[in-house]
Amino acid sequence: MGGTASNLPKELLSEYQELTFLTKQEINEAHKKFCQLQARENGPNERVSMQNILTLPELKSNPFRERVCHVFSTSDRKDGSLSFEDFLDLLSAFSDSATLEIKSHYAFRIFDFDDDGTLDSEDLKKLVNCLTGETDDARLTLEEMRQLIGNVSPSHRGQTAIRSASLTQTRFLLQILEESDIDKDGTVNLSEFQHVISRSPDFVSSFKIVL
Amino acid sequence: MVIFSRFTSSWKHLRYFSIEVDEGNDNEFNLYYVGVEDHSEGEKEQQVKQEGKRRRERNGKISGRTASEKRSAVTKNSDKREKKHDKHQKTARERRGSKTHEKRRKRNNADEEVVEEECSKEKNVKNERTKTSKLEDEKEQGGKKNKKKSVKTEDVDRNHGKMKPRDCNDVPTKEKTKNRKKLETISEPESKSDSESDLESRDDKAVGVLSSLTPEELEMLKEAMEEKKKLMATLRGKPWPMKKKLIILRESQEFLEKYEGALGKGKGRKLYAYKVVMMKKWMKFQRDFENFKTACIPWEMKIKEIESHFGSSVASYFIFLRWMYGINMILFGLTFGLVMVPEALMGKPYGTLPRKTVPREEEASAMNFAVLWDFGGYAKYSVLFYGYYNNQRAIGWLKFRMPLSYFLVGVGTVAYSYMVVIRTMARNANEEGGGDDTIFNFSWKAFTSWDYLIGNPETADNKFASITTSIKEAIVEDQESRKDDNIHLTRFLRVLANFLVLCCLAGSGYLIYFVVRRSQKFALVGLEKYGWWERNEVNMVMSLLGMFCPMLFDVISTLENYHPRIALQWQLGRIFALFLGNLYTFIIALMDAIQLKRAEEDIVKTNMTIWQANLYNGTVPDNSTAPPITVHPADVPRGPCWETMVGQEFVRLIISDTMTTYITLLIGDFFRAVLVRFLNNCWCWDLEYGFPSYSEFDVSGNVLGLIFNQGMIWMGAFYAPCLPALNLFRLHVSMYLQCWAVMCCNVPQERVFKASGSNNFYMAMLLVILFLSTLPAIYTIVSIPPSFDCGPFSGKSRMFDVIQETLETDFPAWFGMVFSYASNPGLVLPFLLLLVLALYYLQSTSKTYKRVNMELKKKLQVQNEENKKKNKLAALKAASELEQATNAVGKHSNTDSDLGMNENDNSLNETQQHRQKGQKSRYVHPSQGQHNKDPHPISSTHTTTRPPASRSRAVPGHLPGNPQQPQRNSHSNRR
Repeated sequence: MGGTASNLPKELLSEYQELTFLTKQEINEAHKKFCQLQARENGPNERVSMQNILTLPELKSNPFRERVCHVFSTSDRKDGSLSFEDFLDLLSAFSDSATLEIKSHYAFRIFDFDDDGTLDSEDLKKLVNCLTGETDDARLTLEEMRQLIGNVSPSHRGQTAIRSASLTQTRFLLQILEESDIDKDGTVNLSEFQHVISRSPDFVSSFKIVL
Repeated sequence: MVIFSRFTSSWKHLRYFSIEVDEGNDNEFNLYYVGVEDHSEGEKEQQVKQEGKRRRERNGKISGRTASEKRSAVTKNSDKREKKHDKHQKTARERRGSKTHEKRRKRNNADEEVVEEECSKEKNVKNERTKTSKLEDEKEQGGKKNKKKSVKTEDVDRNHGKMKPRDCNDVPTKEKTKNRKKLETISEPESKSDSESDLESRDDKAVGVLSSLTPEELEMLKEAMEEKKKLMATLRGKPWPMKKKLIILRESQEFLEKYEGALGKGKGRKLYAYKVVMMKKWMKFQRDFENFKTACIPWEMKIKEIESHFGSSVASYFIFLRWMYGINMILFGLTFGLVMVPEALMGKPYGTLPRKTVPREEEASAMNFAVLWDFGGYAKYSVLFYGYYNNQRAIGWLKFRMPLSYFLVGVGTVAYSYMVVIRTMARNANEEGGGDDTIFNFSWKAFTSWDYLIGNPETADNKFASITTSIKEAIVEDQESRKDDNIHLTRFLRVLANFLVLCCLAGSGYLIYFVVRRSQKFALVGLEKYGWWERNEVNMVMSLLGMFCPMLFDVISTLENYHPRIALQWQLGRIFALFLGNLYTFIIALMDAIQLKRAEEDIVKTNMTIWQANLYNGTVPDNSTAPPITVHPADVPRGPCWETMVGQEFVRLIISDTMTTYITLLIGDFFRAVLVRFLNNCWCWDLEYGFPSYSEFDVSGNVLGLIFNQGMIWMGAFYAPCLPALNLFRLHVSMYLQCWAVMCCNVPQERVFKASGSNNFYMAMLLVILFLSTLPAIYTIVSIPPSFDCGPFSGKSRMFDVIQETLETDFPAWFGMVFSYASNPGLVLPFLLLLVLALYYLQSTSKTYKRVNMELKKKLQVQNEENKKKNKLAALKAASELEQATNAVGKHSNTDSDLGMNENDNSLNETQQHRQKGQKSRYVHPSQGQHNKDPHPISSTHTTTRPPASRSRAVPGHLPGNPQQPQRNSHSNRR
């Protein structure tokens, strides 16, 4: 595991350049990083387990980190481990020059928590929970949401805390579906998702991970 | 002949084998395969199937070996065949034979085309070839197969959805067999030459084969290659795992390498090969150049580091800074290369002319640092300022037109800036997609609000909080049920706040005016008598105002109780107004100063004639032929040269602005951070989270500062050519300084704002500033006559007269005539009118497009709803039928197969409907349309437009849990 740039054979490097949106330097950099991660594995393993991948600072604080690993993993065991090529795929999709199409495709798969090809309300709920922070923050959110609702109807404060919080969330989910579910089948599918995403001004600029 | 037919049959098995591997247990495929077999002459489908199965069982993994065996056998045969072919060319009978032979081969090719077509469809490559081959198929089978084929492709898609991991393993065999097929059918001799290192010999052989090919086959081969090339070009945009992409890439490359050289004949062949080689080289060069370009972008790593720590909004400031740096680089290149360097190299050297010499009374202090720091002394009489330039028409051996160049560079600087800013704005507007921005408000909040760049836990926490707030806000805004307790109080407070802000603005304006006037008084008396403060009063006051007024505004804005986003906009607007007001007061004061200087100039002019007269009178009274008395240029009296004064003021302003920025940075960020960090241990409250805390990076304030700085550059660059250089230096330093400051002593913002949303806002501000800063510059250039004894335009009544002069002297007479005609109001006015008309036309067309867009969207929605209803009905019907069927034959053992049949029919119907749907939905967005054909599990058609019906069908639930179970069983039963 020297981690030097010359580790990758030249032909492979050029093929990787052909197949990803990365430049030569970026691929070499990625390879270096990957070798470092690989060195941390227990045995001589071609893949790097998800735990190790998630130690990367770029992914550490991402609420979707596990989804990202699962989406890009080609492992048969579905454990989210990444080979170098999967790793390159990941970086390519998140790179600066990747197209909106490929970015939105992977974003869809990341948000599709149960891998069933559509974003249903369960997926959206999970998504919103991820976005508002997973553990303690979520509770705080609920509290805040309660207050928010409480302002509207101050008499029912207290007992209806949880209900109104979930009500707010549900309202949010309904709004999402209202907007993006064009064929009104109760779920958001890929084409609808891409339609929505393609209009967004800052999706491409924020859907990026840089090593 | 017999051998050949054997070859075809074995080839078929091979194909069958490959497809079997591919589609495995799929039922529909068998159907399709039958369809293919129908037209293959005299072969029992059962037999073939069995053979194929046997072969598959036997071959297992060693298909490669068998293939190579077969290949060698085939090549032997084909060699024989070729010989025969040549030998019997003369006899008519054999010719007929060869004809049938050709025919058969053609048919084979057609078959192969079908298979290929499926592959290509899978790969989502749209090409014309499918059309042509479809036509051929229709000729052969009367379009009977087409239907089945379409069904089949749908099912392939579906299959892909089911077994993604298998998919990538399938590809190699498929591709290989494909290649092999090509090899065998098209160029048999070539396969023999295993040692094909020599391209020439291979080509010769290939040509030998190619000559025996029909032009159609050649055409097909070419098309196949084109397709491969296209595939290779678009491969990186495919959402496939790398393994699959790699395999496809290698296969296509192999294929291309094999046949690239073989196409074309004689001269054309060589040309083709040459073209191919050049293409490869060009691609490689392009890639390297791309790498080089990215390596050349400065500060990329720095910005990325900041991006990962602070999210994209802070990084957007640095990207903006870098963009600005690029623009200033160009401006600097223009002024430096076309104005400063020619004057320094080819113009008259220092000390030859009064304007190029430090006057006698200033000589003593001309090298003092304090004077130089103020850009007086030697700095004032150098290429850095307008006054130094000579009005000589052409300088040096190049006959460089200096005044003209000076004028054109001034105009070009502004024109270039306009162009760049507007172009960037237009590009940003394009990215925003135009029009209906608010309809996906909630979805965007859910789908795009996370900034994937954030790598810092603290920033992530802030982001979580801000997303939560924004979601809540969105809900509240949507409900519109927010009731203010006391609307009157809020209104009153807001009015009060605005009143206070106006007072601030007016006060700062007056202060600047007052200070500038006072400084003029000082200047009249002579600056030497005053201290440092009096000399730098104007700049210091302006910088201090720029520093403290925003804080004041911030305090005032807490009165207003606005929503944070709106509050930010107000804040930005106020700071903008403050800066603008200050700048304009400064300019108005400068105008006054210019008037004073011009009055002074008149006095100097009259004095000058007296002085000259005295000079001549004193020595040589009336001998005009005698050489004029040489007076040292430093002693010659001179005018005040208001242009240099203006330039000097701007330079000083920039310098002091830069200094205040840096000092604020050091004190406000660095020392605060140091204090907080080290005093925290011995303080009575928590400094880090309590009152002083660490500072946040103020994106909007910094951007505004940058914009105004640039405005000053644009304003002053005409009178001080050194300004772009100075600004370049400043930007360079602040890039490093601010990067360092952000990384070491700032904390992530609590309110994380989106970067790109405000991009165009900043650009619009930049445009406004650009316009406002060019106004005074243009005014001075057009309406004030230049000084009589300094600058490139001295002696002219107006600066733009230089154009007239050039037209008259440097261009032929007819050009001047044409120009004068063209500038005639009779021509200019219609031209302007035309421009206005074009503008109007473009605007109205864009409006129409917007409306059409909306209509299409509505239409789409309606259609989708209709489709949904239809699907639901069909699905319900199918479900009820299914129920009946299962009820009726509940006890029979073959329930499963029946069920499977029904399911198949249903899915067939469905897939067709989906196809229609997919075609319709293609109008939505190009990317959507493409994805309908995507083989990927999630993007495939059946998932994208799967109606809820499929789920409702599962509800009657004979087999709860997995609705796909019966289908699979039925497949195995049938087989």
